[in-house]
Amino acid sequence: MAAAQRTERLLNLVIALLSTRRWLQKAQIRQAVPQYAEARSDEAFDRMFERDKEELRDLGVPLVTGAADAWFDDEPAYRVDREAWELPAIDVTPAELAVLGLAARVWQQASLAGPASRALVKLRALGVEPDDASLVGVEPRVRTAEPAFGPLYAATRDKAPVAFAYRTGSTGETARRTVEPWAITSCYGRWYLVGYDLDRRAPRVFRLDRVASGITRTGAGATEPVPADLDARALVRGRTSAPAERTASLALTGSAGAALRLRAGAPADAQQVEVPFADVEELADEVAGLGADVRVLAPPDLAEAVVARWRAVLAAHAAPGAAS
Amino acid sequence: MSPAARASGRIAGPAATAPGAGAADRLSRLLAMVPWLLERQGVALEEAARHFDVSTDQLVTDLELLFVCGTPGHMPGDLIEAEWESGRVYLGNADAIARPLRLGQDEALALLVGLRTLADLQGVEDSAALEGALAKLSAAAGDAVAAASSVQLDLATGADTGVLATVRGALRRTRRLRLRYLTAARDETTDRDVDPVRLDSRDGHFYLQAWCHRAQDVRSFRLDRVVTARELDEDGTPPADVLAPELDDRLFVPGQDLPLVVLDLAPSARWVVDSYPLEDVAPSPRARAGQEGPWLRVRLRVADDAWLRRLVLRLGGAAVVVSPPGLAGELASAARAALAHAARVEQ
Repeated sequence: MAAAQRTERLLNLVIALLSTRRWLQKAQIRQAVPQYAEARSDEAFDRMFERDKEELRDLGVPLVTGAADAWFDDEPAYRVDREAWELPAIDVTPAELAVLGLAARVWQQASLAGPASRALVKLRALGVEPDDASLVGVEPRVRTAEPAFGPLYAATRDKAPVAFAYRTGSTGETARRTVEPWAITSCYGRWYLVGYDLDRRAPRVFRLDRVASGITRTGAGATEPVPADLDARALVRGRTSAPAERTASLALTGSAGAALRLRAGAPADAQQVEVPFADVEELADEVAGLGADVRVLAPPDLAEAVVARWRAVLAAHAAPGAAS
Repeated sequence: MSPAARASGRIAGPAATAPGAGAADRLSRLLAMVPWLLERQGVALEEAARHFDVSTDQLVTDLELLFVCGTPGHMPGDLIEAEWESGRVYLGNADAIARPLRLGQDEALALLVGLRTLADLQGVEDSAALEGALAKLSAAAGDAVAAASSVQLDLATGADTGVLATVRGALRRTRRLRLRYLTAARDETTDRDVDPVRLDSRDGHFYLQAWCHRAQDVRSFRLDRVVTARELDEDGTPPADVLAPELDDRLFVPGQDLPLVVLDLAPSARWVVDSYPLEDVAPSPRARAGQEGPWLRVRLRVADDAWLRRLVLRLGGAAVVVSPPGLAGELASAARAALAHAARVEQ
């Protein structure tokens, strides 16, 4: 019920701002929209109106602020720029509209789901029915599970420098970072921020799931323009997929280690496999999972990392008292 | 009014992302609906509802709302006129909002980024329609075009391009596939004949939804775990009543009769919470000197002890079995056996 009243208020506000050629001051707007009578105080009205303005701008309403009378009055006044209001009459075909629907569904489980589906509804005003016949059944989806996504997405869009606490993967240390955001990109199911690190004075890539605090905007302007040739995806990929330059030699029991055999290109019954790898820690996780079905023959740093995991498991589970 | 308000989020999709998102979604629908209706005086209620993908009840609730809105003054002559008693919709006195509203920045950006992502997955869609949509949307999007390049989705996956092409071909021609597939959770490879239903790409991985003749059920196959794929010279139409489940947050829901395991997770093992279906998550009383952040205590239903053993072994102390005690003892033995096995080689 609150939502229905809110819709009514917003619609009346839009109509009021659209149906006048004059600038409207806040007091006039408060009078023009009956639902603002609910506001019991000036402060309550101000809060309501601020929220409504934000919401209309998010929806694309070209709300402009000026002064009702440039000489005598510095009270801000508002109107809607009618020239900018209208959706251009793009002649989308039914097949194109179907593809646009698919593009919107990419966000179905992510934080831009709302804007994406609203965009589709707006395009419905053009009067075209989508034709799904050309879609061949591939449905890409992303998720935005990281809480930092919303604020960092908005900061990237607005080119607003931000500060946050960040846990560095290699050392596990958390430090405050100040960054001018350039791009936000998803790779292998994770979101990354690419930007200019004001403390390190260099471009850096940040994993959103390692942001260890809220995001605050510094309020400063951006000083390092986004490089024209920025390839955020290449930067992130370079970071995530280091070439597999090393090789591990593993002895496997029975048919264990199916995934390792696959990567080694070895037959299902091979007793010993040579697995290419880049990151010792990552491979150690995988190898440790196999327990006594695996033996690391080489390299020694992998063998040590695997043994360290098993020792830690033993220490955590050996004494019954350790489990509470 | 309240049932209507509840229904108003229907077209918003699964995630109401912010408080008031319902109102925003509904307002955009109204602002799209009014110009459309004004150009189609007398259109049937059902047709209008279908076009905007809402129920006719919802459409009537929307019209009732329009009916009480209007220009300042809000005297009868100021209000929007709406009539639908006859089953046909007539709208009037709505000049102020007679033109459709442009796209907001986030709205245009979401679609543009989505389209570019589809374009990256080459050959996924009819490329003429894709390019047309991209060009026309860019023309309509204004400022958002520049902003859209700052958001990128990289769905290039570990899937073998040959496997991907074979799977797509089989989907297009409705042919059966023979897959050699790695089931990571059980550490085994198996051969299966499947009838493809749909190809999904989620979080950087392709998943083939298909009717599996071995399981006699729909299964989801991650393409980077398909060792080989071969199209068979056989029709691959899945059983008529097969509906591949939407790939949402969970790929399976564990049975309630399975044994419960309680695990403590260190901060570094927090990804487990996002990766497996859990019964519940709570703070853990476990706190260790030198550990950053709080531990979590989770309860999960486990079908396969071997799977859990591998998970805990790989987490190297960052996951601790709290109960059942027997399982904790098994893990100690497994770790001891692994260490003994490793030590034999070193000597």
